[in-house]
Formats: sequence, C-alpha cells, structure tokens
Amino acid sequence: MSMVDRLANIDRRWIFLMMGLAVAVPIIYIGITGKTLPEQPTPLAQAAFDEIDKLPVGSRILLAWDFDPASEGELGPMASSFVRQCCQKGHRMYFLTLWPVGTQMIQKSASLVIDGFYPDLEYGTDWVDLGFKAGNEAVIKTIATDFGQMFPNDARGTPIESIPMMEGIASISSFDAIINVSAGYPGSKEWVLYAATPYKKPLLVGCTGVQAPQMYPYVPLQVQGLLGAIKGAAEYESVVNAWVRRHTIETILEEADVDAADAETMTTSFLADSGDLTAWLATPAAGGLTAAKRTALSDAVDGDEPGIFLEAQRRMGPQLVAHLLMIGLILAGNAVFFVTRRRGGVR
Amino acid sequence: MLKRNVPLLITALVGVFLIVANFFPSLSAMSEDFTVFFGIIAAMAFVLGGGSLLKVHLKKISDRNAGWAFSLIVLGTFAITLAVGLLKIGVPPNPTFPDKPWSGSVNADGTAFEWIYEYALKPLSATMFAMLAFYIASAAFRAFRAKNIEAILLLGTAFIILLGRTFAGYYLTSWIPIDGPFSGLRIEELSVYIMQVFNTAGSRAIIIGIALGIASTSLKILMGLDRSYLGGGN
Repeated sequence: MSMVDRLANIDRRWIFLMMGLAVAVPIIYIGITGKTLPEQPTPLAQAAFDEIDKLPVGSRILLAWDFDPASEGELGPMASSFVRQCCQKGHRMYFLTLWPVGTQMIQKSASLVIDGFYPDLEYGTDWVDLGFKAGNEAVIKTIATDFGQMFPNDARGTPIESIPMMEGIASISSFDAIINVSAGYPGSKEWVLYAATPYKKPLLVGCTGVQAPQMYPYVPLQVQGLLGAIKGAAEYESVVNAWVRRHTIETILEEADVDAADAETMTTSFLADSGDLTAWLATPAAGGLTAAKRTALSDAVDGDEPGIFLEAQRRMGPQLVAHLLMIGLILAGNAVFFVTRRRGGVR
Repeated sequence: MLKRNVPLLITALVGVFLIVANFFPSLSAMSEDFTVFFGIIAAMAFVLGGGSLLKVHLKKISDRNAGWAFSLIVLGTFAITLAVGLLKIGVPPNPTFPDKPWSGSVNADGTAFEWIYEYALKPLSATMFAMLAFYIASAAFRAFRAKNIEAILLLGTAFIILLGRTFAGYYLTSWIPIDGPFSGLRIEELSVYIMQVFNTAGSRAIIIGIALGIASTSLKILMGLDRSYLGGGN
C-alpha cells in the first residue's frame, strides 16, 4: 500500500491524537517555562482599551457577562482583563447576566480579580452583582427605560435602594459605557440593537470566534471596541497588563511627591532598565516611600505578571500549533485528493 | 373557531399596538408594560420547558425506544438538580438574615447546587465544546477540497485567517516593513482587512436580508396569514 493510500484511509483516531498533542504539548511547555508569545494589538483591541481609559475615574460601567462554562476558556480571560482595567481605573462596576449560569461567571470574575487583587474595593460602593434575569432581549428593553423594574434586588437579595452605588441608576442612560462578554444569544447583538444604539452608549464587546464576523458590521459606530475570541483577548490582555504596570508605578511615584510629568519619564526609564529604579531608591527623593511602597514599586517594575492575567496569551500557544496542524491537514487532504483523482479514483 | 380566532386577534392587536407605540412617546409606558408581560411569560416558559422535557422523556422510557436509558439519566439529573435548587440543600443563611435558614443564595460556596455546577455542569460543558477541535481537525483532512475556484478562494482565505490569528502570521511576513507601502501584505494585516472589509460587506448584506425577512414574516403573522406559531400543523 502506497503512502497516499495509507493517508487516504487513515483512521480518524490518528487525527484526533495529533490534535490532542497539538494542544497538550504547548500547554505543558508554557506551563513549565512560563513563556508566552508576543502580541501586537490590533486597532480594535486598542480601541476597547482606549474607550474605558478615556472615561473619568468613577464612571458607571455596566458589565453584562452573557456566557457559560462551555465558552469560559475562550471568554474568561477577556472578562478578567475588562474587570482589571475597570478596577485599576477606579470605575464603578455593575454586573448582570442574561444567561442562567452567567451568575457563576460573574462570581468568578469578582473572586479572581476583585477579591484577589483589589480587596480594597467595597461591595455596594465600587461594584455590585445584580445577577441573572430571564427574558433575553426583553430584559434589555425594560432596563433601557426602567432599571429598577427588572432589578429590584441585587443577586444577594439586597434591595437596590439599600445599595449606595445604585443611587441615581434609573435606566441605561445612567451608565457611561456597556461591556458585554457574549457567547451567543442573548448577547452582543441584542445589546447593540436595544441598548447601545438607541441610547447612544459606548459598547465594548468580547465574543467567541464564531460570533465575531457577525459583530464586525457594527464597528465602529455601534460597537467601539471588539475582542474576537482568544486572539482578541490576548491582544487586549497585553495592553491592559502593560498599562497596569505603568499606572501602578506612576501612582506610587506621585504618592512620593514626584510630579506627573516626571513620574511618566521615570516610569519609562525604570521599565527600560530596572537598575535605574535601584539607583533612584537610594536617593533622598525616595525617602518618603514606606517599605511596603518600595516593595510594590519593585514588583511593578520587574515582578512577574500574575498568572490569571496571562491566561489569554498562554492560550495563543496551543492555538498556534492547532492552527498550523489544521493547515497541514487541509494541504495533506488535498494532496491525497488530487493524487487519487489523477489515478482515476474518486474520493 | 373561537380557539383559533382569539389568539390571532390578540397577536394582531398587540403587534399593531407595539408598532404604533414606537412612534408615539405618550404610549411608551404601556409599551413597556408589554415588555414586562414578556418577562413574566419568559419565566413561565421555564416551567413549560420542564413539563415538556418530562413528557418527551417519560414517553421514550415507557415505550422503551432506542436510547431510553439516556432519557432516564436526563430525568434523574433534572430531578436531582431541581430538588437541590428548590430545597436549597446545604445553603447557609444570608449574613444579613442569619435567623432565616432559607435566606442564602443557592450559588454560595459549599452548597450542593454549586457542587453540581462545579463538578458536573462545568466540566461536561467544557468537554462538549472542546470536542469540536477534534471534529474540525478530522473535517479539515477529509472535507476541505480545492475542487473549484470558489473552494480555492475559500481555502486561501481560511489559510490567511488561520495564520493571522496566531504568532505565525506575524512571524512569516515580519520581513515586510510595517510602515512601508507593502505593509498591507503582512498576514496579520491581511487577516484584519479580510474581516473588516470582505466579511463586513457580506455580513451587512445578510443582516439586511434577515431584517427584510423578519419584517415580512412579522407582517404575515400580524395579518393572520402565517399561523404556524399556533401549532396543530395548520
């Protein structure tokens, strides 16, 4: 039996094995070495970051987590990065979901990012979990004009009148931006049609790879930032990580009475060469910093990024190998097809 | 006659009212009431859905149809999950109301409902989704054939997108200067261009077509010409 015949009749389990290895080997390699591939943000990922960044501190952001565990691997990392940027910037976050198991997705974002890295943020003042509401787009249509009608309580059963950050929230118009992470229906399209477009609110969308082509027509007028699948998440994650690092350093320097312009220059210098930080810490100018602040500054300059904020970039490794395997399989399948056809066989 | 005409009349009246209300702000409050009705009906649909699930699977079990054992598993897991959620098994009281044993959330850490989510629903859902990768790989080898010009274009586009969504796309054409006149030929740029131009044009055409289709179907329903939503095969 020739090579072509063997390939033509290959047991599909060999293909399954190849795909299993294509995903497993990079996961193990990245898990051991901690290395990730570099990311160059596309304009859409950068726009998503810029839209949140340009809002003044304390802006009200509605975060609709419309996904479930099936797509958590694809959407979880971008959800974490969205929350991280909002926390670091000091925005107020209002979580809700139109998916029954979206409540667990909200809880996971809250416990991983807010409880894990921003423990000073207070529930009810800085963030609130409004939970799940049945009704798909009807929920959006209702809260577009009367928020309290659909959400009289938060997910913990507390009446919204007793939650300080709910004061002044009457409708969609009360929010400064909407972030939607979506795995299907109801999701991004419904937020575009019934909330963001009629009430002219900035909408940032993170969605699965299957959904992304359907969302491109709404960019940039109805959707200002779009993260498509794990690639979009990895790009956005890299932008947020770099910004958080800079922002942390600049904030600490400003606390040490360094003026904003100098803090920016010094941050660039510290990130380029951590030796500059060591030298500056030895100067009297750094005398006002407490030991804890010095440690935080050193960590921000050359410390490792926490693992949960590298999840998307880590997943680009398996995606690279799996995509190359797919291309290889398509080429091999076509080679077999043409050789067989030339011989007179039909496949 | 009455059984069929009354639902048709309700549909026509409510449909026409909601369309008209969209153009008259004074009617918007009533229009919003209908949206709340929809929310109540949607919540009731969960009960109907449960009833329908029971009916289908109980019949399958009683008739001993092929795969009836799977139906038994469906009903068993459905009953367990429902009971665990409704009876709030293992739910600690809400800290605000410590003397009320049922005041806590079923999603709280350590509850039986949370256990089912964490150790059954979550891994099963993720597994189902992950299995797609294996079937797509098999399909890539057996089904994607460059049989004609359209198929060749499709395959070429697929290659660019597959490479453009990874570091390989950047690496393979990184020798093309990013600020030069040919930067658009870099694979990552081509990938973005295909998505933003070709895909957007095609998707917009489809969206407009769907919108026209929805308008036409809605009109037929309001006029009572399309009665399929009433069931009964007529």
